[in-house]
Amino acid sequence: MYQTNYHRPSSIQEAVKLMSGAAEGKYLAGGMTLIATMKQRLAAASDLVDLRHIAEMKGITVNGRSVRIGAATTHHEVESSAELKAVCPAVCALASHIGDPHVRHMGTIGGSIANNDPAADYPAAMLALDAKIVTNSREIAAADFFTGLFETALHDGEIITAIAFDAPARAAYQKFPNPASRYAMAGVFVARRDNGDVRVAVTGAGSNGVFRHQGMEAALAGNWSPDAVGNVSVDASDLLTDLHASAAYRANLIKVMTKRAVAAA
Amino acid sequence: MAKITMTVNGRQVSGMCDDRTLLVHFIRENLGLTGTHVGCETSQCGACVIHMDGLSVKSCSILAVQAAGSSITTIEGLAKDSELHPVQAAFKAHHGLQCGFCTPGMVMTAVDMIARHGSSLDEATVRAELEGNICRCTGYHNIVKAILAAAAEMGGLRQAAAE
Repeated sequence: MYQTNYHRPSSIQEAVKLMSGAAEGKYLAGGMTLIATMKQRLAAASDLVDLRHIAEMKGITVNGRSVRIGAATTHHEVESSAELKAVCPAVCALASHIGDPHVRHMGTIGGSIANNDPAADYPAAMLALDAKIVTNSREIAAADFFTGLFETALHDGEIITAIAFDAPARAAYQKFPNPASRYAMAGVFVARRDNGDVRVAVTGAGSNGVFRHQGMEAALAGNWSPDAVGNVSVDASDLLTDLHASAAYRANLIKVMTKRAVAAA
Repeated sequence: MAKITMTVNGRQVSGMCDDRTLLVHFIRENLGLTGTHVGCETSQCGACVIHMDGLSVKSCSILAVQAAGSSITTIEGLAKDSELHPVQAAFKAHHGLQCGFCTPGMVMTAVDMIARHGSSLDEATVRAELEGNICRCTGYHNIVKAILAAAAEMGGLRQAAAE
């Protein structure tokens, strides 16, 4: 790892100020991706601004069906929140399958979303839940937030402070993990609202990152059952091909994961 | 360089290190506590698992400066004098190791797992929660047996203490 300078602010304002004074600074949340990347010298942050000690960025608030999760909330805290489980157990279940217990004790929802790894789980949930990504300066709809592989709408120095969404009537997430890395080779989050609105968001498979599948959504809006997606075609031309799976294989996985998610919802 | 202070195995310790120093290296090299192992150093194997503020973490993927001010428990902090922690005793009784390299991380993981699940811990949960710990010798069977035995024994001890 290259040399770096560590900072520990206790407020969002202090964090923004520290970042504005840094040459090539990076915000550090749980560090479960960033530290590993820095160790490999694939990232070289001149300064690290630690967000783990900012009280206003932590915790889960559920008000009726409206959910707000502080960006510095760990996967473990999301997984074990009884309040969240009561209104949207799908998000708890998703968090419980990220990495391993030790990674879940450190990794945060804000860090995962800001990183926008094309195989990360949370981006699919954000898109399917029509979540708002709350930052220190604005609110960004999930649909506008994830802009490409590891790319987001965040400006330099902007901090995700929370995410917010209304819990849908039914939801579930299913992924096919890579047997070695356990990252999703295809992960599908389905959500259905009382008004019949259905969203199907896919991670791990798109060559431009997380995306919604309109064909699946239309089929499931007409008939909310695993059988409904049987005849939906999944275009493989925009899907990833790598040593783990071809685009055609991933196209099939998307269908299978969607069926399993609808069955589980 | 930063001067950092933390509580390790109940004792307050301080040391100088680079901001980029990993917690596992601080523990091993600055504090001389070499029970915590460096295996893969890529967050896969779990040989470096310790507890930070009561939760298991991978000390190869955390900077020492991130841990400043926290309370750390390493494998050296489990036994009371010459009496093994129930999880250590169970690993010995059930032969939950062969070469022993992964054992400190396995034991720290098991203690955390039992703290979160209690005596209701079942085999499927143990196997799922060993996701982040790799053993290349045992095939895991005796590790799982040891963890389940320790969970049952610690549940019994808690119950006895409550009665």
